[in-house]
Amino acid sequence: MPRFKPAAQKPQDFKGTARRLLRLITEGRKGRMALVAVMIVLSAVAGTVSSMFIQSLLDDYVLPMLGQPSPDFTPLVRALTTVGAVYVVGMLSTLVYNQIMVGVAQGALKNIRDGMFAHMQTLPIRYFDTHTHGDVMSHYTNDIDTLEQMISQSLPNLLSSSVTIVTVFFGMLKLSVWITLFTLLFVFLMLQVTKRMMGRSGGYFAAQQKALGELNGYIEEMIQGQRVVKVFCHEEAAKREFDERNEALRSNAARANEIANILMPVMGNLSNLQYVLIAIIGGALAIAGVPNLTITGTGTLTLGIISAFLVLSKNFSRPITQISQQMNSVIMALAGAERIFRLMDEEGEPDGGTVTLVNVRTDGDGNLRETPERTGLWAWKCPREDGGAELVRLAGDVRFFGVDFGYVPGKTVLHDVSLFAKPGQKIAFVGATGAGKTTITNLINRFYDIADGKIRYDGVNINRIKKADLRRSLGIVLQDVHLFTGTIMDNIRYGKLEATDEECVAAAKLANAHDFITRLPDGYQTMVSGDGGRLSQGQRQLLSIARAAVADPPVMILDEATSSIDTRTEAIVQRGMDRLMQGRTVFVIAHRLSTVRNANAILVLDQGRVIERGSHDELIAQHGRYYQLYTGAFELE
Amino acid sequence: MLKKLVRCIREYRRDAILSPVFVSCEVFLEVLIPWLMAKLIDNGIDKGDMQYILKCGLVLVAAALASLAFGAASGMAAARASAGFAKNLRHDIFHRVQGFSFTNIDRFSTSGLVTRLTTDVTNMQNAFQMIIRIAVRAPVMLAFAMIMAFRVNARLALIFLGVMPVLALGLFLLTSRAFPIFDRVFKTYDKLNSVVGENLHAIRVVKSFVQEEHEREKFEAVSREIYFDFSKAERIVVLNMPLMQFCVYACMIAVSWQGAKLIVAGGMTAGLLMTMFSYIMQILMSLMIVAMILTMLTISRASARRICEVLDEESDIASGPDAVTEVADGSIEFRGVSFSYAKDPGKLCLRDVDLKIKPGETVGILGGTGAAKSTLVQLIPRLYDATEGQILVGGRDVREYDLNALRDAVAMVLQKNTLFSGTIRDNLRWGDPEASDEALRHVCRLARADEFIDTFPDGYDTWIEQGGTNVSGGQKQRLCIARALLKKPKILILDDSTSAVDTRTDALIRQAFAEEIPNTTKLIIAQRVTSVQDADHILVLDNGRVDAWGVHDELLRTNDIYREVYQSQVKGGDEDAQV
Repeated sequence: MPRFKPAAQKPQDFKGTARRLLRLITEGRKGRMALVAVMIVLSAVAGTVSSMFIQSLLDDYVLPMLGQPSPDFTPLVRALTTVGAVYVVGMLSTLVYNQIMVGVAQGALKNIRDGMFAHMQTLPIRYFDTHTHGDVMSHYTNDIDTLEQMISQSLPNLLSSSVTIVTVFFGMLKLSVWITLFTLLFVFLMLQVTKRMMGRSGGYFAAQQKALGELNGYIEEMIQGQRVVKVFCHEEAAKREFDERNEALRSNAARANEIANILMPVMGNLSNLQYVLIAIIGGALAIAGVPNLTITGTGTLTLGIISAFLVLSKNFSRPITQISQQMNSVIMALAGAERIFRLMDEEGEPDGGTVTLVNVRTDGDGNLRETPERTGLWAWKCPREDGGAELVRLAGDVRFFGVDFGYVPGKTVLHDVSLFAKPGQKIAFVGATGAGKTTITNLINRFYDIADGKIRYDGVNINRIKKADLRRSLGIVLQDVHLFTGTIMDNIRYGKLEATDEECVAAAKLANAHDFITRLPDGYQTMVSGDGGRLSQGQRQLLSIARAAVADPPVMILDEATSSIDTRTEAIVQRGMDRLMQGRTVFVIAHRLSTVRNANAILVLDQGRVIERGSHDELIAQHGRYYQLYTGAFELE
Repeated sequence: MLKKLVRCIREYRRDAILSPVFVSCEVFLEVLIPWLMAKLIDNGIDKGDMQYILKCGLVLVAAALASLAFGAASGMAAARASAGFAKNLRHDIFHRVQGFSFTNIDRFSTSGLVTRLTTDVTNMQNAFQMIIRIAVRAPVMLAFAMIMAFRVNARLALIFLGVMPVLALGLFLLTSRAFPIFDRVFKTYDKLNSVVGENLHAIRVVKSFVQEEHEREKFEAVSREIYFDFSKAERIVVLNMPLMQFCVYACMIAVSWQGAKLIVAGGMTAGLLMTMFSYIMQILMSLMIVAMILTMLTISRASARRICEVLDEESDIASGPDAVTEVADGSIEFRGVSFSYAKDPGKLCLRDVDLKIKPGETVGILGGTGAAKSTLVQLIPRLYDATEGQILVGGRDVREYDLNALRDAVAMVLQKNTLFSGTIRDNLRWGDPEASDEALRHVCRLARADEFIDTFPDGYDTWIEQGGTNVSGGQKQRLCIARALLKKPKILILDDSTSAVDTRTDALIRQAFAEEIPNTTKLIIAQRVTSVQDADHILVLDNGRVDAWGVHDELLRTNDIYREVYQSQVKGGDEDAQV
């Protein structure tokens, strides 16, 4: 599966996603968010006051003292102390809101992560069929990463930048309305320039992403097939093709980054230019003696005002530049959030079942009585309309009546399938790939729901049974064995979490797995990583059998392993399977005909229909498809 | 390590040098602007000299525009240089990997190599771009602004010198505390991803055993760990904001106080005080950026190390000088061959193998898992070199041949085989790029692939998905055999290559081999006895040793392993099949 698919960079519903994300972040944290808001304002005000102090420093303290024979510094000391106090407040506010935001951001991220995983657990198998693992995985990696960036960095930055812009703006108005107007005009110009450049770079970045995807795809394919490349002496051709794609990426990347790299110097130096122009204009206005209009009244334009304004103008354009730089990551994060929300909005597996699985014991009259303790005897508890409940003993009788099914609507893959399995019977499915063997078993445990027909389990409609209870009553051994990171013991116990160590060992013995486990360096405590690691295919198969044995269900579904286990290991696995099957209703998906001879019934499937049913001898005598398969005249897989 | 990476700059050297030069010019002007500004304020605004304001203003505007030009030029050069550097780096890695032997490939995992070529190279590209621009800009600005500050007023500049160590130490403490936690968090992230990954792969197991709750607890435990660690690290990192503010504010107050006293005493002007305020920001910000750069470079060091591992890896199999380019015939001889993947005579997985195979013979190879069947045949096209002993092909030691000549003569169908995205025709032509359609059809007939290719609407132009996921296992195997046949090899090795093909087709393929390519030596590894029982010789391997060498009837009488395998299989289907 190609890992490198460029994900969409822009959210489709910008506003809706942003609002929903904001709700997720603030939910249950309203008080803290309010405190953050207050602190941000305090911090921004302190910053602005510190810049404006330059005005009074020059105009009120320093310049008046010029030329005085014995200047009195006490007022200046007092003023500096006041300013110092303001600074301390600003600093503390910054400290506090930053600390709170960390908690808020990480808490929100944790909620989103947990919510996503919890919801994913409820999704039907169909979802996992239609979405590649790589795609789902990328929600947990890429999408959460960009979201983390945004929530913990961009968001506080955006908040404090916006507040700073407002406070600085008022500060500027207090100093001089005319120069403020000029500053606004200039900032507007700067934004236009940025927008132009961002627009142009967007196209180049898309081209870079595409070239990157192509190159990475090629790299992945070639590295995976490296051995074949060697065997066919294909190295030179691979290098040539690689170089072409590599050069394409280089030219696109260079172009995209050229523009991105100019952005910072352009913004920085435009702000220098603004600085210079304000000095010139301010100087000209002062010399011309134009009265200085401010929001608090009219006065003269002093040197202090111009100086303070110069500092403020930088403080004004800096947050604006920052916001425009953050915009990109905000958009990317929202696109990621939208993908996460899409997963969270997927509908979970429907489960309208009311029939539950309960422990029972038989009373003196042979009637079933529900009991809380574990008796090893189970029954279906079917609620009646009058409020009472009927107990049906769990026996393992499964019947299909005229079942139709298709994975995609309109494309039926099972046609009118009827079959029965009495308690304790072994039913084998035989047929080519795509004949529908696995599909049938997928319907029994309700990974999918049927389109038409009925399935009865001990006479109960399986749609009425609670899914969790239905699945608990069925054991399954899949042909691709999936183990979980943990010890061998943990993996066996996966079948039933409350199983004791003794039960697990007993199950391993039953599955023929005990011998090889005790030969491992740490025995049952040997760590298994990811997908089995050092264990051979056969050993993993045995563990999966033991896992099903621990659960000890009345009905088993076994999917035989097709992969090339050698004949001796296969015999060991087969003996394990045979022991597991004793006394249970078993459905076997057979990939080797040698293993189905002792089945009570063999069902031969072809293109979603049952074309033959009977025991081995009966079917051989029939000289039909089974006979053909058996004599090797027909490809099984 | 650095030398190797620097060598990848090559033709982009000019840009790599221009970028820091330009950015230094930009910084020079940027630091000059506040100083010129002081002149404008003191001599122009303060004195009310409009003429001076305009004159000085013009110089300042020119300086700002020039600074913009330099900054932009530096950015563009940096972009070009780093994109080029990344290209060369990728080129070197990929070309190096193409020269790898199987032993080299074994040492690196596939995903490890892919990561190096993708993520790691991107990290290096970003680091390189930072080094030639920002990592020059920040220290140069720091130094230059410092010099200017001393020129303006040494007493005030001393304040900066006093505050800088505080900021530097603070930043160092914060980073050195947070860094190990971040490091740990990233490992926990791997754990989280592996829980999700396992869950996705095993979703049917999870649902069958109704363990959703259990999985959720597992996930949430890791998620909580990330939450705590991340919060802890972030809480430390965000302290740099108030720290920075503290330093800036402290400087402001100190400069205001000292500056005011100086101005009143006549030792300084209001304009120059403004210049000093500007330098506070320039100096402290630069210092902060330097700290950030150091952290980021530390992170990218891991990528650099990983890349260098590949660049340093020497291929251990190469054609010798004066290599023979012609393989005489398809004879094979093993003389006392032992082999160890670890090249460790204590861990041999193949021991003392002596074999003699004549040209045109068919040899079947049988044995359990771990018997070293694949290992044995991989020595013939020199995918690995024997640890001890000698292998001869066409009467010469395989090490005497030119590698390409040897591998063209020995076609091997690997057990884990791959098709590539492209048409069936493209895939087959790996065997011979110039093959005619006639030749393609011929080999497909031999491999019995023609029967299904002809049923595809697009025939030989059918598109194969990456990894060949859109054809069945048996079809894939037959295409791989056809591809190998196209090389017209003198020796053909099939490593369990018909396991997914039905017995009848399997037999027909072997029959075609016998009739159409009688002079090619054929080595067939198989699980099914039927696949090998008609061979001229059958080799039974057990635990890396030759257990038996003979023909079917003979082995059935004399060899336990062969008899056991035969009986276990025949007990199934084949007995009746022969009735």
